[in-house]
Amino acid sequence: MATQPDSPSDVSNALSLHGYIPDDGLATSVFLAMTLRRPLLLEGEAGVGKTEVAKVLSRWTGGELIRLQCYEGIDVSQAVYDWDYSRQLLHLRAAEATGESLGLTTTALEQQLYNERFLLKRALMQAIDHVGEIPPVLLIDEIDRADDEFEAYLLEVLSDYQITVPEIGRFTAVRPPLVILTSNRTRDVHDALKRRCLYHWVEHPDFEREVRIVRMRVPQALERLARQVAGAVETLRTLNLYKPPGVAETIDWAQALAALGRQELDEATVEATLGAVLKYREDQDRTRQHGIADLVKQAFERGFQPS
Amino acid sequence: MAGTAPGDTTPAERMAVTFTRVLRGAGLRVPLGSAIAFVDALGKVGIDQRESVYWAGRATLVRRPEDIQLFDRSFAAFWLGAGDRSVSAPAEELHITLAVDDDSDDSDDSDDDAGEANDDPTITLRFSATEVLRHKDFAQYNDDELRMAQELMTQLRFVGPPRRSFRQHSSPHGRRPDLAATVRASLRAGGEPIRRRWREPGQRMRRLVLLLDISGSMEPYARAMLRFVHAAVSGRQRVEAFAIGTRLTRMTKELHSRDPDTALAAASMRVHDWSGGTRLGDCLRTFNDQWGVRGMARGAIVVILSDGWDRGDPMVLADQMQRLQRVCYQTVWVNPLKVTPGYAPLARGMAAALPFVDDFVEGHSLAAMQQLAAVIAGAPLRRETR
Repeated sequence: MATQPDSPSDVSNALSLHGYIPDDGLATSVFLAMTLRRPLLLEGEAGVGKTEVAKVLSRWTGGELIRLQCYEGIDVSQAVYDWDYSRQLLHLRAAEATGESLGLTTTALEQQLYNERFLLKRALMQAIDHVGEIPPVLLIDEIDRADDEFEAYLLEVLSDYQITVPEIGRFTAVRPPLVILTSNRTRDVHDALKRRCLYHWVEHPDFEREVRIVRMRVPQALERLARQVAGAVETLRTLNLYKPPGVAETIDWAQALAALGRQELDEATVEATLGAVLKYREDQDRTRQHGIADLVKQAFERGFQPS
Repeated sequence: MAGTAPGDTTPAERMAVTFTRVLRGAGLRVPLGSAIAFVDALGKVGIDQRESVYWAGRATLVRRPEDIQLFDRSFAAFWLGAGDRSVSAPAEELHITLAVDDDSDDSDDSDDDAGEANDDPTITLRFSATEVLRHKDFAQYNDDELRMAQELMTQLRFVGPPRRSFRQHSSPHGRRPDLAATVRASLRAGGEPIRRRWREPGQRMRRLVLLLDISGSMEPYARAMLRFVHAAVSGRQRVEAFAIGTRLTRMTKELHSRDPDTALAAASMRVHDWSGGTRLGDCLRTFNDQWGVRGMARGAIVVILSDGWDRGDPMVLADQMQRLQRVCYQTVWVNPLKVTPGYAPLARGMAAALPFVDDFVEGHSLAAMQQLAAVIAGAPLRRETR
């Protein structure tokens, strides 16, 4: 059966249980998306965990995760459906070889060809035409990379959860998928699409939440290390970098440190592992200008637990 | 909006209607559909807790991060007000401030409709007038000439070299088999695939990004160049326009209107720092961070219209130009001062930026703008020399 939460805190607990710690805003948005059956559009900096939301929803509800990665030039044949032309051709030859086509009119032959068994279902079609008790989770990733025309098409699919294939007819979702759209905001998503969706701007997590996330995702990292890493990342985010580290980078960094067997930060280790958290040379330079020693010191102060 | 009889409205509905009004009064666009979604959301989360109401509103009524601040302020005011008089009092009308725009276009200096009688019907005269105009320095233009120049600018076509797109289309000269078309054609032959069809990748125009310097030193040129930018934005898809002054302002939407006067008025309303100082480096950084490097400038042709006077640190500008050049297809710098005899890029900013500029062109006259169009069109060879 479809999972139906009773309140935002239900959602919050369930997501935490499955490895994602949401803030109140995100929990409410997800709750509303599930109860109002509306798509949820998540925007935010790269690496704040937008895509992860869809994955954890799939783990929680048990619905199959169907992912559509958008890119410039994506069209219906790659996102919705296509005909399996090679098989159609083979079928034609076979029909001819067995003499079957002799007795058929062109229309009848055409009907044989444009049949559901020659239909290649792509992500959107799979999500709409899904059979099974649990509605799938449809992740439409980086919608801002697709073209306007595709957005318009998407709007149609997301309003009625219907897809029409001219040669066959209409496919309607029995259980509408839970839809998560993400955007990095390289361009504005069209307003009409935004109106269809619930909207949530995903922020970097605050300190305590980030510590919890690190503890959960990198269980081998000790509490002290987790707090120091979160503290250091918090400082890094204030340095006016080109690409301030996201949660993804925090986790990467904690994993790297844990793999090296470190239990707390020190200058040499930070210097050696900086590449796990800062991916631009300029950003690394700026951090060195700021002073690695300072960074470590601040992280120690932030990570200190008054217990 | 509150068209239903008072008897059958729920507290959630009243709250939603009142709050949407407050938001609209504060200047946020709230479509009816969003308001309805807000009512539905309130139905689910209840209206007793401030947090729930807040997040329900955020999820349904806000669609851009820029609006969050406005939303927060309106919400705080609304929740306080609602707390005082209990939620059921919908008499919020007194608080609504309608933003009325008056027509004080102090920055838009050419909107007098006086000069129309001047139109000379003789074609030859007109042609020569055009010729004179073509080479005249923008700084010497009067309002009529500006208007005429606008028309000429709309004729400029900025078609850069296309790039290959992912999409394929049918073509007799293509290299890949077009199975869809082959199957369709074979049906006509009773199922025999006699005629093979082919396809090839289509082509797409590159995005064109225009960054116009509107600082004090550019003032004589900015008004003509804004018209040029408008001509480019309204004449072609995939063009983005920004104003650079003390800060960065996106004006693509404002300039979309076909009517130049409406568009220019909208743009000057949107841009607050006309004829102020310049912080080229910082503005470019904002552009790179928020738009360019994320995707808008990738594979695009970026045109900067500026004299290169920068009050900021030239190193910042150099860094940002380098960042920009690394992601885009071509950088073009249009400098109206370049034509001045003996000009050397003395402006520190200009000198710092120059190593990262693929094409450095003049921009003082219509003829120079035509040249710019040619530079944009002739781009394909340049990439290799980088």
